[in-house]
Amino acid sequence: MTLSRTILYTIFAIVALAGLADATYLSVQALTGETLVCGGSPDCFRVLGSSYARVGGIPLALFGSLAYFSVFSFAIFAAFGYGRARTFLTLTVSAMFAVTLWLLYVQAFLLHAFCRYCLFSAAIVFMLAALAVLTPRST
Amino acid sequence: MKRYLPFIIVGVIAVATLVSGTMLYRAKRPHLLSIPEDKTVSGKSDTASMHIRGAPDAPVTLEEFGDYQCPPCANIAGFIDALVKEYNPRLRIVFRNFPLPIHKYGREAALAAEAAGMQGRYWEMHDLLYREQGTWSNADNARELFNNYAGMLGLNVDQFKKDMDGEKARARIDSDQERGKSLGVASTPTLFINNQEVGPTNKTPDGLRATIDAALKNKS
Repeated sequence: MTLSRTILYTIFAIVALAGLADATYLSVQALTGETLVCGGSPDCFRVLGSSYARVGGIPLALFGSLAYFSVFSFAIFAAFGYGRARTFLTLTVSAMFAVTLWLLYVQAFLLHAFCRYCLFSAAIVFMLAALAVLTPRST
Repeated sequence: MKRYLPFIIVGVIAVATLVSGTMLYRAKRPHLLSIPEDKTVSGKSDTASMHIRGAPDAPVTLEEFGDYQCPPCANIAGFIDALVKEYNPRLRIVFRNFPLPIHKYGREAALAAEAAGMQGRYWEMHDLLYREQGTWSNADNARELFNNYAGMLGLNVDQFKKDMDGEKARARIDSDQERGKSLGVASTPTLFINNQEVGPTNKTPDGLRATIDAALKNKS
């Protein structure tokens, strides 16, 4: 394991932590019912209060938190030389990237509203995807 | 030690996330409001100054502070009407205007409903505004659409326009907003069932049914 690769995975983990904080905040908002009323940013409430913000009654942000935590964990293990963690990391980031594209489509073309917290999360996922592309394949 | 370090780091972050999430949840958990005795909507008194749907002397009162441009309010309006019919004559709805400044046409829509009310078609306009929310909310000139709605409801449109700009409609909205603010209302829809605020997660058909049933049980 080279030093540059360790640094790259550490950056991965730090970026994932920012996403985890954002998703945790959104999860709490959803669990307290704050997203089911109007009072703050109208666009955020249009997005977070919509049916697209829940899957089977569970706030999508909770799945996001789980995904960011997984990315963080895999990145840490990868930084410590666990080979399989790198594969899981790439798979998780790829799945998150696909979901993010879908959610951006939903905001732009179905809801016609953007929530800044969701856009922040999208930016984080794009950064993670860029890092995944930048990471060399072989050891 | 190095072997265990990644497990320790991941564990620490997991615990930190759970702790901070729980603390945030506790801080953000809604503190439910209640209407004090002196501000309670009594049986048949003051009914002239309120918009009531359902039996006027029903044992359960659902007081709603709503904004016509608020999407969750439109969502709730869809099933509240069904609840009034389901519980008739045991439930009445009192609607209060609480247009939020974040909504461009919220106040104007409330004025339209009040103006329609002056010709005896308040609830018809109320339902129409919520049903058509997606249309007029995104229009360049919502006022024009409100005038069309007045025509659709068979109102005298000239009188409707005058009433929308009149002092009476404005005073009514101001009075509703004052009441809401004095009770601590800050968001819409805020619902009170027999003076107790309904929690955000209970603002569903099943949640409201359970709350209404509990209120009826308390009354019997």
